[in-house]
Amino acid sequence: MLGRLLIYHMESVQFIAKFEYLDEIRDFVGKVAHKGGFSAKDIYNIQLATDEAASNIIEHAYEGVSNGILDLSCGIVGDGITIILIDYGESFDPSVVPMPNLKADLSERKIGGLGIFLMRKLMDEVHYEPRKDGSNVLTMRKRRKQ
Amino acid sequence: MEITVQEFKHCDMITIKGRVDSATAPQLAQALETANDGGKYKLVVNMADLEYMSSAGFRALLAAQRNSKRYNRGEVVLSSVPERIREALELAGFTELFKTFDDPLMAVGHF
Repeated sequence: MLGRLLIYHMESVQFIAKFEYLDEIRDFVGKVAHKGGFSAKDIYNIQLATDEAASNIIEHAYEGVSNGILDLSCGIVGDGITIILIDYGESFDPSVVPMPNLKADLSERKIGGLGIFLMRKLMDEVHYEPRKDGSNVLTMRKRRKQ
Repeated sequence: MEITVQEFKHCDMITIKGRVDSATAPQLAQALETANDGGKYKLVVNMADLEYMSSAGFRALLAAQRNSKRYNRGEVVLSSVPERIREALELAGFTELFKTFDDPLMAVGHF
């Protein structure tokens, strides 16, 4: 039931998983967030979280793959925005990605894991599910501030 | 994204316009590396006309800061950081790694 409800409210676009499409990916979620009444600050952060998610897919799930597919769906569902990114590349376990140590000094500051960290900080929910059919489904939600 | 480099007596100013993401961050990284390779380690990154920066841009700045601060030969400072970008830098814990200035000339004057 919930699945069907989601489909009615979501707009979907398929992208080739390349960095050059990040602009369009951000525009797409930005327009939905704008229509959904999010503030300029929230729209920026929703775009940033989606960019980080898509960048990770392009860089890691499709490492060495030049024509990967990235299915992006986005819509206003209930009191917030739902963004779903589906890829068909390598799965990963987000729980093994270490949180960046934000207190580490310059020489010890690690570069990896920052994208996932930002996604978690900027969105209210981030859920990653590798499926048996070989797809990986990343769902993010952010509620509108009352 | 567009990058311009301006030389001052005691530092170089790198001005970034537009959007820095995984597609354009390599150009920023390249500009910063070129400065370092040319012996320029005192750098002002002017963000006044920057609309957007993802963590790919943060990484380029981090690499340049590491390289510039080595042997105490210089540092990267940031100028005119737009509010949204500053908030994201703060979330990532990057504001502690860079001195920031409200005005590019104040930043230049720091060196």
